[in-house]
Amino acid sequence: MPDPSVSPLPSLSEHRVDWPDRAVASLVWLVALLVTGSLLWIVGDLARHGAPELSWSFLTDSPRDAGRAGGILPVVVSTLMILGICLAVSLPMDVGTAIFLAEFTRTGGLLAHFVRRSLDVLAGVPSIVFGLFGNAFFSIYLGMGFSILSGGLTLACMVLPILIRSTEEGFRSVPDEYRKAAAALGLSQPATLWQILLPVATPGLVVGLILGVGRALAETAALLFTSGYVARMPSSVLDSGRTLSIHIYDLAMNVPGGESNAYTTALVLITLLLMINVLTFWIADRWLHRGITHR
Amino acid sequence: MSRQWSEHLLLWTLRGLAMVAGCIILLIGAFLAVESVPALREVGLGRFFSDTSWHPSGGVEAGSFNFAPMAAGTLAVTSGAVLLATPLGIGSALFCHFYAPRGLGVAFRRLVELLAGIPSVVYGIWGLVVLIPLIRQWQPPGQSLLAGILVLTIMILPTVALLTESSLRAVPRSYLQGAAALGLSRWATVWGVVLPAARSGIVTAVLLATGRAIGETMAVLMVMGNIVQVPTSVFDPVRALTANIALEMGYAMDAHRSALFVSGLMLLAMVVVLVAMSVWASERSRYA
Repeated sequence: MPDPSVSPLPSLSEHRVDWPDRAVASLVWLVALLVTGSLLWIVGDLARHGAPELSWSFLTDSPRDAGRAGGILPVVVSTLMILGICLAVSLPMDVGTAIFLAEFTRTGGLLAHFVRRSLDVLAGVPSIVFGLFGNAFFSIYLGMGFSILSGGLTLACMVLPILIRSTEEGFRSVPDEYRKAAAALGLSQPATLWQILLPVATPGLVVGLILGVGRALAETAALLFTSGYVARMPSSVLDSGRTLSIHIYDLAMNVPGGESNAYTTALVLITLLLMINVLTFWIADRWLHRGITHR
Repeated sequence: MSRQWSEHLLLWTLRGLAMVAGCIILLIGAFLAVESVPALREVGLGRFFSDTSWHPSGGVEAGSFNFAPMAAGTLAVTSGAVLLATPLGIGSALFCHFYAPRGLGVAFRRLVELLAGIPSVVYGIWGLVVLIPLIRQWQPPGQSLLAGILVLTIMILPTVALLTESSLRAVPRSYLQGAAALGLSRWATVWGVVLPAARSGIVTAVLLATGRAIGETMAVLMVMGNIVQVPTSVFDPVRALTANIALEMGYAMDAHRSALFVSGLMLLAMVVVLVAMSVWASERSRYA
């Protein structure tokens, strides 16, 4: 080994082992393994307990014996109805607010500042607080009772910040040349919005939509006291109906011997969410990152 | 319809929608406040912390309204989870960016995103069926503060990891090039250059994760045993404020119901403070 005092530049061969870096590297790898391990544990456990009961008839039967036997058809139907109401209300609000924030405000506008800040706070509100609000406002004050309508509206308030954030991003990604070109052609503002900006901003809207659907499907606490527990097939939006996540909670906590069907329902829910997740990545990769000039 | 008129109509429609979206949070605050008034007026704020126990169904006179054990439960489970999730989340973000081989880092990020998408009720049933029996073998009864802390840690870890990761990504490339030019080792670069530069982003991440932990209901409700007591060890069953609302809203009447809204208002206030702090932290970094 050459004497370091002789050559001022260390050669590669005498590169010292950097012990602090080694130690931190192994710690960080350990953390990564731990996180990966937990996910595999949870998902593996779900698949192991849930898969044996999963069958086509589980999806098309009504629950029997408080959910211990039978399937989840009415629960799926209620979930879809709640989701439908949630999106029917939140989407127009989303598009309107996002267009306003992205296209019609200058920095320092008072209304825009207020709307942004309140959406930040709204995004952080705990779901059980949405539940309290939904119960007091939609179920009692507006007289909707424990109903799919009241649950859907509560969820609409909840997913709005997620939708708006993503849709606004979509509008901001439209290059300014498009707006200038539209103005140069003498297009009116509504026409510019409808025919030029909205089509180009659609990917952002779709990503937000999918994220919002994911959040809505996962929600339990906000629905306990708004859409209620009833596991019968709903005949209208004013009926009470339980979602997949409430069904899981009820079977796991309140029905002795309900764990097995709770796991199977959880597997259905997770599969649904995974499909949504993959769809988001797919759209984000294929659509968002492709230059709009290639259209 | 004249052109000017249609543009005005559009602008005012959009303003109206934005206004409604912005007012939802005010409406929530207002309704919680209105529903809280009876309890605040008749029971009074003091009794929520000085009464002997939590037996609210007796009404204003005979009932007792002590929130303190549940506030302690929320505080204990939140601080435990945040203390565990912060180093784990920052470690995960560092793994993605500096320690993992390129492809693996991206795959790991996806995995953390998946973890973020798992519904809380699924974490809850996993805790109930898998984690609690394990803890029970070690220290009965199993439903415990510890179970809550562990489940909540896994739940908020993605929030810390993903937000930290995006603030690591925002560190200017020139900083890394400067560190490389100085011959700093990987750890010296991370500790001396990257983490200080990303500090405000990491603070924001931890604050938002704290908010998520405070507000989490279902998982905490399913694994912590829900006994109203101030925990003396991590193996004690406890009840969080959120779980209390979920358990009792179904049958609460009058002053009891109103007291639950007071606890909801308290949760809302905590979250507003945390969000305000995180906005402040991220704005400060923007103008630094």
